[in-house]
Amino acid sequence: MKNKMKGRAWRFKDNVDTDQVIPAEYLITGDPKELSKHVFEKVRPDFAGSVKVGDMIVGGKNFGCGSSREHAVRALMGAGISCVIAESFARIFYRNSINLCLPPVECTMEVKNGDLLDVDLVEGRIQNLTDGRLYSFRQFPSFAILIMQRGGLMRYVEDSCTE
Amino acid sequence: MRQTIAERIFTKKCGKIVVPGEIVEADVDYVMVNDITGLPAFEEFEKLGKKIKPIANKIVLIPDHYVPNKDVPSAKQAFAMREFARKYSIKNYFEVGRGGICHQIMIESGFVAPGRLIVGADSHTCTYGALGAFATGIGSTEAAGVFAMGKLWFKVPESQKVIIEGNLKEYVCGKDIILNIIGDIGVDGAIYKSMEFYGSTIKNLPLSDRITISNMCIEAGAKTGIIPPDEKVFNYLSGRVRGGYDPILADADATYLENFHYAAKDMVPMVAKPYLPSNVIPASECGVEIDQAYLGSCTNGRIEDLRTAARILKGRKVHQNVRLIVVPASKDVYARAMREGIFEIFLESDAFISGPTCGACLGGYMGVLAPGEKCVSTTNRNFLGRMGDAKSEVYLASPATVAASAIEGRIVDPSEVKHEK
Ligand code: SF4
Repeated sequence: MKNKMKGRAWRFKDNVDTDQVIPAEYLITGDPKELSKHVFEKVRPDFAGSVKVGDMIVGGKNFGCGSSREHAVRALMGAGISCVIAESFARIFYRNSINLCLPPVECTMEVKNGDLLDVDLVEGRIQNLTDGRLYSFRQFPSFAILIMQRGGLMRYVEDSCTE
Repeated sequence: MRQTIAERIFTKKCGKIVVPGEIVEADVDYVMVNDITGLPAFEEFEKLGKKIKPIANKIVLIPDHYVPNKDVPSAKQAFAMREFARKYSIKNYFEVGRGGICHQIMIESGFVAPGRLIVGADSHTCTYGALGAFATGIGSTEAAGVFAMGKLWFKVPESQKVIIEGNLKEYVCGKDIILNIIGDIGVDGAIYKSMEFYGSTIKNLPLSDRITISNMCIEAGAKTGIIPPDEKVFNYLSGRVRGGYDPILADADATYLENFHYAAKDMVPMVAKPYLPSNVIPASECGVEIDQAYLGSCTNGRIEDLRTAARILKGRKVHQNVRLIVVPASKDVYARAMREGIFEIFLESDAFISGPTCGACLGGYMGVLAPGEKCVSTTNRNFLGRMGDAKSEVYLASPATVAASAIEGRIVDPSEVKHEK
């Protein structure tokens, strides 16, 4: 897990569901790169073509609601998204993000599309470098940090099974 | 102690007293994956290395979303599941022709029972709360983790209590109750929380309606939706359940984060308009003209739902501008509907009947909508593009409302049809 990251913001509204992140018809592969070709295709057709490695998603309330498809997290990771910031997350999306190491940051902030953000996961701090505003967020639970530091749930499982 | 059902189940599973907010690792009774979420789980599992074997008797594999295979990629997904089952001798695999929609199969085949902790790589796993289990949706990777370890990390949720009292009006059912609640508390009204349902209305509801309620708790963001198990559940399970079980009820003085009270007499048939399940209005005020009506899914594809629709459709025709698609949720539902003569009623009304599958519920196949088309559906999600093109629309409603609307060609309150003739 990287502790510090910088990236451009993509602004989304409340209740972004996983059908919006990756429509059901593309759930025929688990490959992040393949999935990323169709990420946000129905709601933001320009996204897949212009997203850059390190970019961040900033959503509102209840980000990632709907289907349990982990493909949503994979598609975002395949597109190079470095973290997702939202006022609140749907719980399966939150779990999937931790288990796959895409940090889900719970924070309410004012952001415009394209603003440059600087996130420090350890300090629990976000700075909007475009307008200078500073925000803080609550630390991840220690078990979540343990999983992300090990490199994801499966590394944790592997260690537990072979210990 | 003053524990809710959720807290008591985690306390039992962890062998120590737990409190809401605490993160625990707990043993699960079963882990289920479907054909979409299965493949990534199998791939993750295989990365673990040869020495680690899955705990076969806890795993349930149910292909349902894209089976019978709709195309070559979906065939490969289903193939991967079959192979995984064979390779590790996983007995609980439900081949096409023996199964149906995963949640219906989990319940029908006796995996679900009171007091159990069940996870599934499908968000509607919360359905099993209707039988007093703590059940919740997880991702594919964590399903793979459970294959290996038989346990998983959980945050013990806070609980909300929903109390509904009194008698329901005719044609008002479980679907209308949960749509009323979601409309009231919103799609994030129960986020991270466990909902528990009480009151005389819930006690008097048939199990199938309770299942509909628990099924849609995720649509309010809930982690699960539990109904205290009673005789109806015990009777249903006798001769069906696998192994023993231990019903767990809340302590009499359990503390809940919030309490919600509803009166059954205030409830009417509801419709959730696009694009959120919380966007509800009374069916009588809807009137939207429809192209398709869909009766099925894990929400409302049970025999009781089909019977309700058949009572309304009997001797009537589906409106000339509408196609009615009926999808029984399982082989068992299918067989009963056939034996009871329900299929005859549907066929005579010009409905199309399919075998059990998720199909069009998630915009997969067999009933996908074209741009601009509108569908009234007994399913659980009306998100943008959920059943097809981004410019199509899904209206969620009960089996009675769907059947009545199919006849009228527009979304109506079921009592309107009844009183016409
Ligand atoms: S019927 Fe619909 S909601 Fe239920 S499991 Fe299948 S796709 Fe999901």
